[in-house]
Amino acid sequence: MTATQWQPSELQRTRDAYRRSRARRSWLIALLSSAVFVGALVLSVGTSPGWPRVRESFFDLSLGWQDLPGLLRALWINVQIMLITEVFVLVFAAIIAVVRTLQGPVFFPLRFVAAAYVDIFRGLPLLLVLYLVGLGLPALRLHGAPDSPFVLGVIALTLTYTAYVAEVFRAGIESVHPSQRAAARSLGLTHGQTMRHVVFPQAVRRVLPPLLNDFVSLQKDTSLVSVLGIIDIVLTAENYQSQDFKFVHYVMAGLIFVVMTVPLTRLTDWVARRQGWQGSGGGVV
Amino acid sequence: MSVPQTLAAPLLSVRGLRKSFGKSVVLTDLDLDVPEHTCTVLIGASGSGKSTLLRCLNLLEVVDDGVVELDGQDIADPRVDANAIRSKVGIVFQAFNLFPHLSVLDNVMLAPRRVHRVRRQQAESDAVAMLERVGLSDKARARPDELSGGQQQRVAIARALVNRPRLMLFDEVTSALDPELVGEVLTLIRELKSDGMTMVVATHEMGFAREVADQVCFLDGGRVLEQGPPAQIFGAPQEPRTRQFLARIVAAGRL
Amino acid sequence: MTANLSKSIEPMVRANGVHKNFGALTVLKGIDLTVQRGEVMCLVGPSGSGKTTFLRCINHLERVNAGRLYVDGVLVGYEERGNKLHELHPREAAKQRRDIGMVFQHFNLFPHMTALENITEAPIRVKKQPKDKAVANAKRLLDQVGLGEKAKAYPAQLSGGQQQRIAIARALAMDPKLMLFDEPTSALDPELVGEVLDVMKELARGGMTMVVVTHEMGFAREVADQLVFMDDGAVVEMGAPPDVLNSPRELRTKAFLSKVL
Repeated sequence: MTATQWQPSELQRTRDAYRRSRARRSWLIALLSSAVFVGALVLSVGTSPGWPRVRESFFDLSLGWQDLPGLLRALWINVQIMLITEVFVLVFAAIIAVVRTLQGPVFFPLRFVAAAYVDIFRGLPLLLVLYLVGLGLPALRLHGAPDSPFVLGVIALTLTYTAYVAEVFRAGIESVHPSQRAAARSLGLTHGQTMRHVVFPQAVRRVLPPLLNDFVSLQKDTSLVSVLGIIDIVLTAENYQSQDFKFVHYVMAGLIFVVMTVPLTRLTDWVARRQGWQGSGGGVV
Repeated sequence: MSVPQTLAAPLLSVRGLRKSFGKSVVLTDLDLDVPEHTCTVLIGASGSGKSTLLRCLNLLEVVDDGVVELDGQDIADPRVDANAIRSKVGIVFQAFNLFPHLSVLDNVMLAPRRVHRVRRQQAESDAVAMLERVGLSDKARARPDELSGGQQQRVAIARALVNRPRLMLFDEVTSALDPELVGEVLTLIRELKSDGMTMVVATHEMGFAREVADQVCFLDGGRVLEQGPPAQIFGAPQEPRTRQFLARIVAAGRL
Repeated sequence: MTANLSKSIEPMVRANGVHKNFGALTVLKGIDLTVQRGEVMCLVGPSGSGKTTFLRCINHLERVNAGRLYVDGVLVGYEERGNKLHELHPREAAKQRRDIGMVFQHFNLFPHMTALENITEAPIRVKKQPKDKAVANAKRLLDQVGLGEKAKAYPAQLSGGQQQRIAIARALAMDPKLMLFDEPTSALDPELVGEVLDVMKELARGGMTMVVVTHEMGFAREVADQLVFMDDGAVVEMGAPPDVLNSPRELRTKAFLSKVL
């Protein structure tokens, strides 16, 4: 049965016309109130005493335009850090999540260590972890320990984000109904096989939205590695600012981050919507 | 049970109802008349649109086209106050849908107090009376999860009845119950019918349908394919698809 | 549907005084029963009577707390060393489960795999069967349950009755000697029940030993060799279906049957 040949009746057309007029009215009210609000905002900012100087410093776009080549080059550092970190995070977080769901008293030490790790690194601010790892690890003068700020930055980011993503994976694993496990075990699959072939694949599909969310978050947190002296996009903007004391360079860096992040957030929304699209159609309730 | 002969307009009259979800057309060109004080039973395969039809009747779904007249008023009109209509049409769901954070008594009292602004004492005595009606006055202070499935469903019925609806809709209300609990709910529905409640019941319980229905409507392909008194539908179905459907029910031992 | 009831042959399932509790709640209070090879036993009773728990003890999805349970002469879930019972290592328990197939009320198909993949998963992973052999066998089983053309479909695209038939095929793919059914048709709409019961009847005709927890008295009457009524964790009455259904001896049996028949 297709919907192509059907046309709404006269009665339905009047109903739809009424609904449309009501919707139009709501839309106009929304537009008007938004215009009033924005107008008031622009007016109050534009007539403030400090505005001309702020505009010159933050929004001198012709100056900011010149930043682009340098900023984009530096952005490459952020992207590299993000990609490398993300790979390590996914692997380690999956391991920790699985360890935390192991059952049986014999695994208690492992579970304890995993839980402690997650608690500590979700508690520590990322900035502190960067300082501790970035400055502390080289100070130990361990043989063979890395001392490149890039590597130390990746280590710090990995340590922190693994803790968050591990919890996301764990939530996904626990959200898979226990009956799936019962079915797998009744077929003779061991716990490991059940986890690998039945539970984990389902868990990952379920937590794609929060995972992508963390990925977006990581994208932005890469800028914190600048505290270790890595010349990333933020530090580059800082350098420009220290030369002419204008803040438009920060604005440009911010704009670049937003442009980079938007596709990923749209992807996250799309994935989340697709997953929720199982079941009932729309309703008025 | 004979249909009370009345020349008055039916309480509920549906003409040309159409409802689709995206590309999937669930109900098309559906006509139905429900006279007052009668019981109409909807039967049909899963996916035939029984639930969707019920949800259209109490405006939980917006129809794509067609007229739904309740007491002579077209309730599919967008100008109608949907909440007022929903108080006149009670619905009971397959999954009971009791509010788990409230006691049984509070579940039943919620709508009268918050929607109809009935005063606390009055609402409470109405609720208690309704719980007695369904045989659960001793469970007034219990939480839903302390009750069996059959008991929860009876509370759900009480909750719908306390609004004194003109029409009661039952959407597969026993499908989620263990077999030994089904009887107590069906008994209650039987009693409501003999009290004169107008009802539309979607069910798989064919034995019950045969016993309690004034008219049986077989839904197939989004429309009422065949309708008539139970003796005719169950005894001598005209349409081949009706016969096919009933044959499978009989083969499963359900009739 | 009668099978060889010779007492000298080891029964497929033997329960002696099986007890099970969940914390303070005792769910099984000493179950004694025997299922012979090729026999079909139906377990009936009100919800909470312990029938599903007992079924899950047979393949050690639940631990037995006291008493013994044997499948094909082998103690389930434990091994006897000296005079004490030691719980089997999970790997050993998993091995025991290979020969016992289970079908659940809510099908429990793996949603991220096609019908064919659902069926081939265990033979490939657990029995290390080569893929082409597993696939050929799976196709044969799909045909047997009447769903040959649905091999590439995902569970979400199938009706409840179809999913349950695939679940049966999935259990059969491991070539079990015993099949356990936990209310296989309770979650199905009535018009879909028949196709699943037909598959189960075929299986019984073929000589499979089956223990079925069910409310379908028609099925029990037609196919079962033994009907067991359980209530409150104990076997109240058991016997041939016509005897139990038509002339129940115990009051509780009568009360229950009057509500479901």
